[in-house]
Amino acid sequence: MRHTFTILLAGFACGLLSGTAAASSEMDAIAKYRELLADGNPSELVAAQGEELWKTKRGPQQASLERCDLGLGPGVIKGAYAKMPRYFKDTGRVQDLESRLMTCMENLQGIEPKSIVDGKFLKGEREKVAALVAYVVTESNGARIDVDMRHPEMKKMYEMGKMAFYFRAGPMDFSCATCHGEEGKRIRMQDLPDLRTQKGAAAGWGSWPAYRVSNGEFWTMQHRLNDCFRQQRLPEPIYGSDVTIALSVYLAATAKGGTMLTPGIKR
Amino acid sequence: MGNPMKIRAAAKDGVTEVKVLISHEMETGQRKDANGAVIPAWFITELVAKHGDKVVLQSEFGTAVSKNPYLAFKFKGGAKGDKVSVSWKDNKGDSRTDEAVVN
Repeated sequence: MRHTFTILLAGFACGLLSGTAAASSEMDAIAKYRELLADGNPSELVAAQGEELWKTKRGPQQASLERCDLGLGPGVIKGAYAKMPRYFKDTGRVQDLESRLMTCMENLQGIEPKSIVDGKFLKGEREKVAALVAYVVTESNGARIDVDMRHPEMKKMYEMGKMAFYFRAGPMDFSCATCHGEEGKRIRMQDLPDLRTQKGAAAGWGSWPAYRVSNGEFWTMQHRLNDCFRQQRLPEPIYGSDVTIALSVYLAATAKGGTMLTPGIKR
Repeated sequence: MGNPMKIRAAAKDGVTEVKVLISHEMETGQRKDANGAVIPAWFITELVAKHGDKVVLQSEFGTAVSKNPYLAFKFKGGAKGDKVSVSWKDNKGDSRTDEAVVN
């Protein structure tokens, strides 16, 4: 009898506090753990390496990236990531941060994109791109997610990204939406945002690239998407390919108006 | 000579809080690489923090500490403009010292 009473009381208190019946102390504890982690985000270390790389003269042409145009003019980094992916006139295509950095590295420094595209994550030139990413996204922390969708190429990419998001394939017949198309799902300790909604997409898009504490690695968006494909048991997408950029456009456009909390920190 | 540490120190009401982000692999020596070969142990063994010349924290690190460790501690004293330094040594004989100004 006393037991029932306690449960009823607890249920009542939960309802009162949060307005939902399913508020769990478990999730509160996880949130607190994340808060503790966020205090010392090792992305800072990667970003520091990236800043140095940005300013270092490298490659066959012995140039730095200080004249790299990320969409806001040559050398402007502040807030640039919050407006990406975007359509670039000079290349005539929609680019995400990583494909844009490859363009800069090719044009300014003479570093072949092939060495990056055919490389491996966390190795060689691709690792250097990741460090640069850490630096650039840090400069957009706190900015409003604001992708410019006016160009027809952006609209095309959005539609393609949406299609890819819902496209079921592979031995388990998974799509992105299988895990990210419902409110309140989680895998182990990681919430799975509902990426179809503005709120969910902002939580997802706004907190990647991120440092993962469990493996001590800094993951870019390309790395994140690549692993989503792997988790669906699909072939790995080509680094910087259109489908990966299209998915980024779909996410960024859906997340529009949210806040960039980059670089994120994940368990 | 490892990568630089990030050190932040702030004094408030006679207590200084120091936050240090250390760049280090912290390899335990118990992992194997893709070819099955053991990755040799490589970790910080000793860490000392000083306020000016005075040692305020002396610690022994081991393999249980994560990669790129984060360390936060407080000590009594310290004022704006003082210098705080942190140095570590690892099992390969490498060491590094970085400094920060209290604000």
